[in-house]
Amino acid sequence: MSTVKEKKDIKGYLADLFQNNRDLIDSGSSPPLNRHREKALSLFRKLGLPSRKSENYRYAPLGDLFEKEFAHSFNVKKVSFNIHDIFKCDIPDLDTNLILLVNGKYYNSENPLREIDGGIVVGSMAKAATEMPEIFEKYYNSMAGDTGDGLVAMNTAFAQDGVFIYIPKGSVLKKPLQVVNIMIHETDLMAQHRNLIIAEENSSARVVVCDHTLSANSFLSNNVTEIFAAPRAYFSMCKIQNEHNGSAQVSHTFVKQQRESNVFTNTISLHGGFIRNNVFARLDDEGCENHTLGLYLTDKKQYIDNYVKIDHAQPGCHSNQLFKGVLDDQASGSFNGIILVRENAQKTNAYQANNNILLTDDARINSRPQLEIYADDVKCSHGSTVGQLDQNALFYMRSRGIPEREARLLLMYAFAYEVIGRIDVKPLRNRIDDLVNKRLRGELSRCNNCVMSCG
Amino acid sequence: MKKEQDKILGKVTGSEYEFGFYTDIEQDSIGKGLNEDVIRQISARKKEPRFMLDFRLKAYRHWLTMEMPRWAKLNIPDIDYQDFIYYSAPKRKKKPKSMDEVDPELIETFNKLGIPLEEQKHLAGVAVDAVMDSVSVKTTFKETLAELGIIFCSFSEAVREHPDLVKKYMGSVVPYTDNYFAALNSAVFSDGSFCYIPKGVRCPMELSTYFRINAANTGQFERTLIVAEDSSYVSYMEGCTAPQRDENQLHAAIVEIVAMDNAHVKYATVQNWYPGDKEGKGGIYNFVTKRGICKGDNSKISWAQVETGSAITWKYPGCILKGNNSTGEFYSVAVTNNQQQADTGTKMIHIGKNTKSVIVSKGISAGRSNNSYRGLVKVLRGAENARNFSQCDSLLLGDKCGAHTFPYIETDNSTAIVEHEATTSKIGEDQIFYCNQRGISTEDAIGLIVNGYAKEVLNKLPMEFAVEAQKLLQISLEGSVG
Repeated sequence: MSTVKEKKDIKGYLADLFQNNRDLIDSGSSPPLNRHREKALSLFRKLGLPSRKSENYRYAPLGDLFEKEFAHSFNVKKVSFNIHDIFKCDIPDLDTNLILLVNGKYYNSENPLREIDGGIVVGSMAKAATEMPEIFEKYYNSMAGDTGDGLVAMNTAFAQDGVFIYIPKGSVLKKPLQVVNIMIHETDLMAQHRNLIIAEENSSARVVVCDHTLSANSFLSNNVTEIFAAPRAYFSMCKIQNEHNGSAQVSHTFVKQQRESNVFTNTISLHGGFIRNNVFARLDDEGCENHTLGLYLTDKKQYIDNYVKIDHAQPGCHSNQLFKGVLDDQASGSFNGIILVRENAQKTNAYQANNNILLTDDARINSRPQLEIYADDVKCSHGSTVGQLDQNALFYMRSRGIPEREARLLLMYAFAYEVIGRIDVKPLRNRIDDLVNKRLRGELSRCNNCVMSCG
Repeated sequence: MKKEQDKILGKVTGSEYEFGFYTDIEQDSIGKGLNEDVIRQISARKKEPRFMLDFRLKAYRHWLTMEMPRWAKLNIPDIDYQDFIYYSAPKRKKKPKSMDEVDPELIETFNKLGIPLEEQKHLAGVAVDAVMDSVSVKTTFKETLAELGIIFCSFSEAVREHPDLVKKYMGSVVPYTDNYFAALNSAVFSDGSFCYIPKGVRCPMELSTYFRINAANTGQFERTLIVAEDSSYVSYMEGCTAPQRDENQLHAAIVEIVAMDNAHVKYATVQNWYPGDKEGKGGIYNFVTKRGICKGDNSKISWAQVETGSAITWKYPGCILKGNNSTGEFYSVAVTNNQQQADTGTKMIHIGKNTKSVIVSKGISAGRSNNSYRGLVKVLRGAENARNFSQCDSLLLGDKCGAHTFPYIETDNSTAIVEHEATTSKIGEDQIFYCNQRGISTEDAIGLIVNGYAKEVLNKLPMEFAVEAQKLLQISLEGSVG
């Protein structure tokens, strides 16, 4: 009984938190964003935080995450640091357009919204909401608004800022955009940011997102990204989650695709105490292509949870889910993938695979690859495996003079490469390759220059 | 070509239920409704010992605190549990001593089912314990089995004559607290079969029970308990057909299997209860809890099922693999047509070392039906070298039906190897074309492909059953085809 009571309290506590800080939240954001808050709050009051009783969060020990005492990022004072200090460690050869978010707030107050090649607009969400109202109103919260997830509603109520990317018709972004999310604070902090990405017809863009923590406090971030891909748009997003193990992250990505668009998301989870990634993709017209990939390499007491739902609403679409993971020590994780093929979505091709390697007896994994199919002329398959390294392959390598440890690493590396190899930004691929290699070797790959010895 | 194929598929999937008949036998029932008095009456009429009544009442009180499960992908209408008759038995003036004394209409029913008791004795070598609406009417081959020390009788007889065994094992695999329907069954179960195979005995024949729902508005709540002692073997078959009826009937059964060291139990089911008409009117609600425990080392339990009937099926035969080196198997063909709904699958709980499980599930959906596979494979921490392979395929006949797969894989041990794979497809035009090319008509080709698709599972059924199952598949889907 007591746990039930606490849960109720936490919902009320968060709602009160919102009410009490309403002024701060509003003043740190902009009116168009503020207009969505009331409705989102009442939705949150209705839905509450997801519990283990909800099928979608069945395995996620969300339990006391929100019960900790957190400071909130409503008006965190500016932190000053040299941006180059932080990024020595990141992708050296990658020539990118950089966007920085600090504790969920856009970090470049002199130039909150800028135009880069081909009329592409990137910058602060709060600023974009007032500067580009038609676009904002058309898309903001149009997908995330009708979700049944209380955490998304909570984000809509609380989020003050985030990244806004607008790629106009026919524009091609040559250099990838790099979004860096930084969490740094003197006390424990909860932050929620909101991203909106709009790729117009025939456009093409690639985005790299990196999550980092720069102080040893515990962090909780709950962020939402909405991606809209217009006909024949190409959009790819590669996300690297590399926060310290005292941090928790819940990320929700909503994708809506129109005719013949192609969206590619890849989430590489290296460090982070609690990670939950939700991806919802709706293939809303014919000929769409969607690739949702993920790689997780976890150890210690990390928890990683990937939830993917691909909604084939129209015929002739193609989707592919591939999630692979290596779990060490007491790490635990879960994968939950759904392919939904609606009644008229004939000629659908949909694939889903989840492969896991458990390195110790204390590691655990739950996998739920699901198919929900209402059309008959479709090709859908899914597969899920949990196992160890192939003993024959190990023996083969050892018989050729490769030490066991090395042979193991080679096999794990090869296992992970299937996901890494699909990254379409070469320097990034090399970098992640390197990170994964180091990660598997147990050398601290989080940040070579990182000041913290966390974990 | 396409049109012709559609036409044939339409014909195939539009066929009506063939086993719809109703036998008029005088029934002895307790009035509608459920309360503690009804349970006391059931227990009294069955002349049960005190411990049974206590068990029933405990289960009933627990049931009252529970809620109907809603997690399955089923659209279950609200069920009024007060609207059922919970006990109904064919009225008997005295115990029949020979076939002549058995109600001729009852014999007629069995004849329609294709199980003439007398002939079967000689021809098939099958001992049939026929459960006709709750009370076991006739048990054959009892003498032969008794010589080997095998106890095969109705559950109520077992309660009277072997109370120690019943007391020891009843509820040990499926406790009354297990789920809503298990609790309901534990409170009101009418009858069922009890089977005990002593140490080292290999049961020389296939044991079978035909369950049949016959009286109007009676829920059938049977309970089966099979105990296989060390190094014993038994193959058990259960098959069902039901008369056509307009009101939905409730069926909530429990099957418990206990396998000790080196024991091997095979359990095969053919379920063909009335699925309702094309508009989804009528039909049986089938909410069944079946579970076996491989208690001893090297034991093995295998489930094989062919599910073609019932309006709603909610059924997950499972194995608890507790003994080291024990094996669990699950083979299933589930066919849904018209408005039928099925949410079926299995649970494999790996506890012991070197435990193995195999799951092969073949779903076929047609018409406007929904067919889901839902299965859990759980490997506990101590289950070293556990191995599981699951395959669940779905075949869609028609564009209005749904096929869903919900596997749950929970692995807690690094030495475990768990594999799951599934495909969803329809009968390919190239497959039909290939058959046509070789002179096989489209009609035959569909029959051939469907049977071939299910063959892997049908092969696991005992001989006598495989024939019936194949026939059922054809009736459910093929109509005039094949």
